[in-house]
Amino acid sequence: MRMRGIEMKHFVQILPGLLLFAAIPVQAQAPDIAFDSNPYPLKFPETIILGEAAGVATNSKGDVFVYTRTGHPTISIGTSRPFAHGGSRLFEFDKTGKYVREIGRDSYSMLVAQQVRVDPQDNIWTVDQMSSMVIKWDPNGRIALLLGRKAESEVVPARPLDAPGRAGRGGGAPGAGAQSDLFQRPTDVAWDAAGNIYVADGYGSQDARIAKFDKVGKFVKSWGSRGSEKGQFNSIRGIAIDAQGNVYVADAGNKRIQVFDGDGNFKTQFGDIGSPSAICLTPGANQVLYSSNSNPPDDIDSGGEIYKLDLTGKVIGKFGRAGKQSKEFGTVNAIDCRRENELYVGEIGNWRVQKLTLHQ
Amino acid sequence: MKRFVALCFAFAFFSVGSAFAEKAKAQNVPEIPFDTVPNLIKLPPNLYLGEAMGVATNSKGHFFVFTRSANTRLFEFDQNGNYVREIGEGNYGFEFAHSVRVDAEDNIWAVDEGTNMVIKFNPQGRVVMVIGHRPDAVAGMLPSNLGPAPPAAKYTLGRPTDVTWDAQGNIFVSDGYVNNRVVKYDKNGRFVTQVGSEKAGNGPEQMNLPHGIAADAKGNLYVADRSNHRLQVYDNDLKFKSSYENIGDSWTTCVSPGPHQYLFTSNSNPNGNGPGTWETSGEIYKMELDGTIVGKFGHAGKLAPGFQVVHMMDCRNPNEIYVAEIESWRVQKLLLKPQQAKVAAK
Repeated sequence: MRMRGIEMKHFVQILPGLLLFAAIPVQAQAPDIAFDSNPYPLKFPETIILGEAAGVATNSKGDVFVYTRTGHPTISIGTSRPFAHGGSRLFEFDKTGKYVREIGRDSYSMLVAQQVRVDPQDNIWTVDQMSSMVIKWDPNGRIALLLGRKAESEVVPARPLDAPGRAGRGGGAPGAGAQSDLFQRPTDVAWDAAGNIYVADGYGSQDARIAKFDKVGKFVKSWGSRGSEKGQFNSIRGIAIDAQGNVYVADAGNKRIQVFDGDGNFKTQFGDIGSPSAICLTPGANQVLYSSNSNPPDDIDSGGEIYKLDLTGKVIGKFGRAGKQSKEFGTVNAIDCRRENELYVGEIGNWRVQKLTLHQ
Repeated sequence: MKRFVALCFAFAFFSVGSAFAEKAKAQNVPEIPFDTVPNLIKLPPNLYLGEAMGVATNSKGHFFVFTRSANTRLFEFDQNGNYVREIGEGNYGFEFAHSVRVDAEDNIWAVDEGTNMVIKFNPQGRVVMVIGHRPDAVAGMLPSNLGPAPPAAKYTLGRPTDVTWDAQGNIFVSDGYVNNRVVKYDKNGRFVTQVGSEKAGNGPEQMNLPHGIAADAKGNLYVADRSNHRLQVYDNDLKFKSSYENIGDSWTTCVSPGPHQYLFTSNSNPNGNGPGTWETSGEIYKMELDGTIVGKFGHAGKLAPGFQVVHMMDCRNPNEIYVAEIESWRVQKLLLKPQQAKVAAK
């Protein structure tokens, strides 16, 4: 039943009734990778408590950015419309973990932090799941580009999270498959060498897509829909692009990573690594992929390990498990792998960023 | 119903967007070249504009920006874009910014569609008059009302959008997303008359989302009748005069002062940036008051000098236009070169 690196097409043709293969507990017998952890590498000012570390990323200087769910997500009573404010913040630290500054304080869109990434020019990109916005901040912390629009208001009583058009006018509208930059719970962003922008969109929605924009933010195309076939998704949790421009999509609900070319043509897929809930591609000549089989926040007794794979999907090794101690993980939502053996992981469950040193 | 339509609109316009914009736009309009002032606004650290809903200048050249950031806030900048101060911080009427205008005495008027209020600040930034009443919060969080609007009342606004004045100081409010009317109050805030009602329509004295308003020196009113894809002209008693229908969707409008007044209207690109929308919308028209189009400028785009859903303009100087954009969280100052206007080659 090994699925490692295997094209699933034949499997699906032979056993269409077994599309529920994802429920079958097959795990790679991958070697364990030894590692150490610094569980609190970032020194926060006393007045700031981290909260759910949804996103962590480094820039070329080694500075660390954390996009976190903290403070008070607030709904205020307007007229007939309730308005959402606050709930997430973006912090910067230097490579020694010293606090540098906050970026985007009291800005309009920071509601539920989902991810932060840093592009090759050291611009900082934040993805917010509730405001459905992707924001490019220049290295000085000023807004350089906006994709998507925060819903003007929330609907009372709230619609289910997977309902289309969940939010009010101006945001969250059609969600997946939309031929536009209106997102519905986006989760991640990546770029190809030409600077084109790819957004993973439609988390938890009836539908799901990858949306592609050119480098000035003009919509190019989107692909994908809800489902388990090739090119379909069930809760996209991450996206990464290799040096050749191939797009790796963490299709968590289908327990697989799908690979596309930059135009959205399906190339391959691989599984046997649990539910890929956070992924990261190392830079450089010999790229490797990290993928976290993150435990759900309400369970630390299963999963939680992170896999290291080559770009064909072959598992090189794995490390860690769910838990609350050092070297254990609480619902990893982000991995930074700018340096192959020195990772930062952002944890939802443990309100922390760990710095890991892998021993190969 | 309108709000329901607005919700549906987001689903629908991708496929039937062309049907919404069936009115023919003017052809062979001269293109007015312009420069945008780079990095216009200098904000202090830890201050960010959110959606730039309103921008307006005063007689000294300072400009005011009404913005939706984590909270709705009103900022003042000098003519060079240096930050001066915040006005009305934390006041009860600020919830969801929509428009700011400065009257002839340099009073600053903020229109908030989250509290249904129009708030007049004097030049010192103190509140001197309010129109409308924020619904009491004691009822708690009410279920969203997607049904028809209640009858429009004299002093209760329904998500108002904009405000202007005539030479006598009468106050005209475009109202709005829930109502579909323009209300005239005297300078003391007493109801005089209205055109339109709570119901949307496309008759001459009806509107469908009156989204912006401006007055000329004679007291005529120009109303951006956004969802009717037209600009309506009413006289000072709010009687119908004319309708300009070849300028796309009129999101917002302004009238320049002086002996030769010009009228500006923005065919703003729709939210969402669907394919093809950048090619068919985003431009601003410069017109004579009688509707003759003088020229147009600008195009949709994320990065300056592109426009990203222009929500408001200031044209105190008809060759120096300020534009506030929703989806780029930005205010641009445009230096027009009308003498170089020409029709683009086919």
